[in-house]
Amino acid sequence: MQTSLSTAQDSSQMLAVAKRQRFQDVLFHRSTQIFSLIVLGALAGIIVSLFVNAWPTFAKFGVPFLWYSEWDVNNEQFGAAFAIVGTLSSAGIALLIAVPLAFGIAVFLTETCPVWLRRPLGTAIELLAAVPSIIYGMFGLFVFAPLFADYIQVPVRDLMSGMPLIGFLFGGAPNGMGILSAGIVLAFMVLPFVAAVMRDVFEITPPILRESAYGLGCTTWEVVRGIVLPYTQKGVIGGIMLGLGRALGETMAVTFVIGNANRMPTSLFSPGTSIASTLANEFGEAADFHMSSLFALGFLLFVITFLVLALAKIMINRAEKAKGF
Amino acid sequence: MAVNMDQGLYRRRQITNYLGMATSMVAMALGLTVLLWILLVLFSNGFAALDWDMLTKDTPAPGTDGGGLRNAIVGSLMMVGLSVLVATPVGILAGIYLTEYGDRSKTAELTRFVTDIMLSAPSIVIGLFVYAIVVATLGRFSGYAGSMALALIAVPVVMRTTENMLRLVPGSLREAAFALGAPRWKVSLSVTLRAAKSGVITGLLLAIARISGETAPLLFTALNNQFFSTDMSRPMANLPVVIYQFAMSPYDNWIRLAWGGALLVTLAVLVLNILARVFFREKTSV
Repeated sequence: MQTSLSTAQDSSQMLAVAKRQRFQDVLFHRSTQIFSLIVLGALAGIIVSLFVNAWPTFAKFGVPFLWYSEWDVNNEQFGAAFAIVGTLSSAGIALLIAVPLAFGIAVFLTETCPVWLRRPLGTAIELLAAVPSIIYGMFGLFVFAPLFADYIQVPVRDLMSGMPLIGFLFGGAPNGMGILSAGIVLAFMVLPFVAAVMRDVFEITPPILRESAYGLGCTTWEVVRGIVLPYTQKGVIGGIMLGLGRALGETMAVTFVIGNANRMPTSLFSPGTSIASTLANEFGEAADFHMSSLFALGFLLFVITFLVLALAKIMINRAEKAKGF
Repeated sequence: MAVNMDQGLYRRRQITNYLGMATSMVAMALGLTVLLWILLVLFSNGFAALDWDMLTKDTPAPGTDGGGLRNAIVGSLMMVGLSVLVATPVGILAGIYLTEYGDRSKTAELTRFVTDIMLSAPSIVIGLFVYAIVVATLGRFSGYAGSMALALIAVPVVMRTTENMLRLVPGSLREAAFALGAPRWKVSLSVTLRAAKSGVITGLLLAIARISGETAPLLFTALNNQFFSTDMSRPMANLPVVIYQFAMSPYDNWIRLAWGGALLVTLAVLVLNILARVFFREKTSV
């Protein structure tokens, strides 16, 4: 009698505890879910708010805004052509320089480097990625640009400007600022990101493939070219796209050295502007329609980088899935 | 004859190999040189600018001598501090959701994908977004808006590292806790999260390092303030924007202060990064 009563009490108590715990669990589940949805909310918020603020510009100019080459604040004539050309060309130059270098670094870190040096050198490259972009900008402005003007721009211009067909690429005032300088500074900014991804995917290559190739008498270079690179192709492309995404959206490193001129760049040395640097320079003084055009530029930048980064992520994911073979 | 031809081929292959390896070494050397060069320039200019005044005086008006960075340092610390306070719980709880609940759901998959993209999304666009929803609505730039922009950048970092670290916790640990009758939230918070503590802290340190140097999102949100102020509902001075404005200015003392500020920011970022690595390595090697 006594015992059965106490078990009944116990079980009802336990039921109450279980009920409370289930309620707490549901609460925990839902609240963590809400927090994780914040990221999706932010994405939607960014797209919607930029588009809404950019609407007056899109409504007035329509799709030709993309290639309309005018940026006249006083007459409210705006087109994205200058900024898009500057963004794409500086990012393109950056990749042309950064990709081979990053490939070399990744090969060195995974193949040539003595094992005890791999970690410190890898960390050094990662620290290069951690340096804030404004430091790259200052370095570009105060150290790189003067050297670039004296030792590269002037000699190259003297050598090349007389040449037919390509001579026009090297005209312009030799002050060290311009599309090419911005591209070079950007290259060293994105280099560590690309190198880190390449190194990581190179390490995914199954040792058995690598060793088989070595066993057949391949040289290190042949192993890299014939085994590692084909095996990790998607990851390598993903890493390059990641670097492109970074380069397109970079603000500070570019703003310091691109020259910030709202006109069409006519040579590699001529000053230009990028979407991000236009925003950084003009947003503070902008009002009304000018501001809406800047939002339109921001919207374009976000859409472009989002697509590039999404593609990069898909590639890298696929490369990592191939790991379990 | 055949032997001779093989010798030629062998030599060609060897030369190609040497060239390839030499190029990769040059690439590595170039990368390291740039890092060292940047640090050298930064240290020589930065330490030349570093003095007691820099830490105790406020940013000078245009054309006046002297001055320091006190208001900017305090502003940066306050904004970064507030955004970390916001981003830490949000990021950790969201990371817990992705590991503990979101294994097979499509939404979690999408969240993971978007988070990865937000990690590299242009920070200036985050600034535009916060401008549009906070600054434009309230009608003024503020330290809170700056913190919000920084928090938006920090959340994906915290979230992804938390998730990755929680995934490393062995399933048997969770099962053991469940077998003792622990409810799910208790398992997540006091078993899994505690086991992954050092990794999560590493993520936090990296997030702080990341947002300490961010300039672009603060341009349109916190703006700048020439005077000392701890009122976060007003425009607020901060190191990155001061560095940006001073470096682009024609005044020598402003440029000097910009180098000093750049040194402070970079030292903070590098120390945080190294600390994160040391911390993580110690705990994982056990």
